[in-house]
Amino acid sequence: MDKRAAFRSWWLPSLFALPQIILILLFFYWPAVAVLRWAFTLEPPFGGAAEFVGFANFQEVFADPLYWNSVGVSLAFALCGTLATIFIGLVLALAVDRQLPGSAPFRFLYILPYAIAGPAAGMAFRFILSPERGLMASVNATFPDFWNPAKYGSHALLLVIVVFAWKWAGYTFIFLLAGLQSVPRSLIEAAAMDGCGPIRRAVDIQIPLLAPTLFFLLVIMMTEGFVGADTYGIVARTTDGGPNHGTDVMVYRIVEEAFRGLNYSGASAQSLVLIGLIMTFTFIQFRFIERQVHYK
Amino acid sequence: MADIAIRAVRKSYGKNPTLHGINLAFASGEFVVILGPSGCGKSTLLRMIAGLEDITAGEIAINGKVVNRLEPRERGCAMVFQNYALYPHMTVAGNIGYALKVAGVPKAERLRRIEETAKIVGLSDYLDRKPAALSGGQRQRVAMARAIIREPKVFLFDEPLSNLDAKLRVIMRAEIRKLHQRLQATSIFVTHDQVEAMTLADKLVVMNKGVVEQVGQPLDIYHRPASIFVASFIGSPAMNLFEAAVDVDGACLAFGGTKMPIDRALAGRLGARHVTVGIRPEQCVVAPEAKGVSIKVDFVEELGSGRVIHSELNGHPFAASVDEHTRARPGDRITLELPLAQLHLFDQETGRRIHVDLEPRAVSSAASHPTLQAV
Repeated sequence: MDKRAAFRSWWLPSLFALPQIILILLFFYWPAVAVLRWAFTLEPPFGGAAEFVGFANFQEVFADPLYWNSVGVSLAFALCGTLATIFIGLVLALAVDRQLPGSAPFRFLYILPYAIAGPAAGMAFRFILSPERGLMASVNATFPDFWNPAKYGSHALLLVIVVFAWKWAGYTFIFLLAGLQSVPRSLIEAAAMDGCGPIRRAVDIQIPLLAPTLFFLLVIMMTEGFVGADTYGIVARTTDGGPNHGTDVMVYRIVEEAFRGLNYSGASAQSLVLIGLIMTFTFIQFRFIERQVHYK
Repeated sequence: MADIAIRAVRKSYGKNPTLHGINLAFASGEFVVILGPSGCGKSTLLRMIAGLEDITAGEIAINGKVVNRLEPRERGCAMVFQNYALYPHMTVAGNIGYALKVAGVPKAERLRRIEETAKIVGLSDYLDRKPAALSGGQRQRVAMARAIIREPKVFLFDEPLSNLDAKLRVIMRAEIRKLHQRLQATSIFVTHDQVEAMTLADKLVVMNKGVVEQVGQPLDIYHRPASIFVASFIGSPAMNLFEAAVDVDGACLAFGGTKMPIDRALAGRLGARHVTVGIRPEQCVVAPEAKGVSIKVDFVEELGSGRVIHSELNGHPFAASVDEHTRARPGDRITLELPLAQLHLFDQETGRRIHVDLEPRAVSSAASHPTLQAV
């Protein structure tokens, strides 16, 4: 039985689809085409005729050592951020899934950080982990300069990764908890009868069966780490890309170039490179990691 | 090999009690079947023995050692689950050998024992497959092998055959029985299927609504059910139950226009009251008109080897099993003899069996004299 509704005329279904089509054209294809055009032209910041320059924008971008620095920073941020969020979310989900007495409120609490905007979280952590007055101040009192994100690029990068993980762990937690709850209870019981304690059960039974969820989160979180709105928001509000470009992730650099440097063409070229990078990563993930995933 | 003692065990979920004080003792090597309708608490009891469910009150002892507070892995039980609970990401060999792997058995010995066990259940050719590539019967065998390989003191079966088709169920039933004869481990088998229960059990436990109705050998329970519930639950088609009045002066059981004479002293002992009378369909005998109770045939079930006549007696459904030569069609009237020796009496208030011999011991050739009088 064909259950689709059949329209006699062509204009009625088109009319229904129109709002969605307009939105997609306006906010997706138009900017995408504009970026593509700008990347190959020299776009005057205050309007006027653009000049076609071929790959000159790309050559300029690739010649800049600071650009390659930001690629490295972005890779470190996305990789560490992704692994940290998934690991924290997994540990929390495993703990909540055991349904120990009193675990119900935590299911709610762990999701809460996801509801907080990245820049706000970044501001909060700037104070919480401030080297002079925050949690680490007492450590700094004993070991001077043990923690100083305003001075050391590595510390600053760690700080933004912490904020990212704090916020997004709640997101991975929801997916992983849902995944864990779809693992049949009798499998856990069978493993308990076979002599496993909780940790062994998690490693041998639950995590392998979570593989599809873990893979999904890996792709999603890597993308989020590279281009997510939060990645820009957190860096902008916490470290401003500094110190000395230590947290100058690619999205931050693109936005800064475009709207502070008014170098639309350079920023567009960087955007295209970033898109290419994400596509490469996603391809690698599907090609090599998905093979290890068993779907039921 | 282990004996199991269950003492005053209770289970409540929140405020809802599901088990109301269970007392049972199983001898070492016994094959125990716990039978009951769904929701009677039989699986809960099994899971409490396994350690998968907390014990609200009372205690369970395996080999004399109270196990209430022990983890499942410390109790020495192996369990076969209803849905088999095979690890989908492991091969058959991985599934069977997982318990040994967890226990840290060296790989060479592990492989040897996996081979051995697979041979017992006939899975040697399937060791590299994943559970998804197996049939229902093969999955069932993997689940059994996984339990066998641990050489447990106690085998627990939680309705293991209910997901199989009828034919496979009969085969697996026989295999479980054979396996038990070979391994001699104490086995507890939970089921709602009375045929499984009758054929497998050394000792049968019938449960209903969280209490034990009767414990005994299957044939004892079949022949002397301790309550109306057991009488109606065991046997297929189910035992016929109908109401009758004890007439002390007339020394008879009266129901629906029929008076069935009983021993006068016995009638006195029973006292004037209403009782529930039970008789199994296969004990009803087609008789000449004067000798029995007349019923009208509602419909007939053909079984091939015989047929079951369904009708009504005194307002209750009534079934009689007859051989294939007895012809009956809907609407026919036939006369059935209800031999006194085969009647069961139950107290209407408590539902418990009234322990009396309706047939006087002196008369042994019961079949030859009239036991019923049409009025």
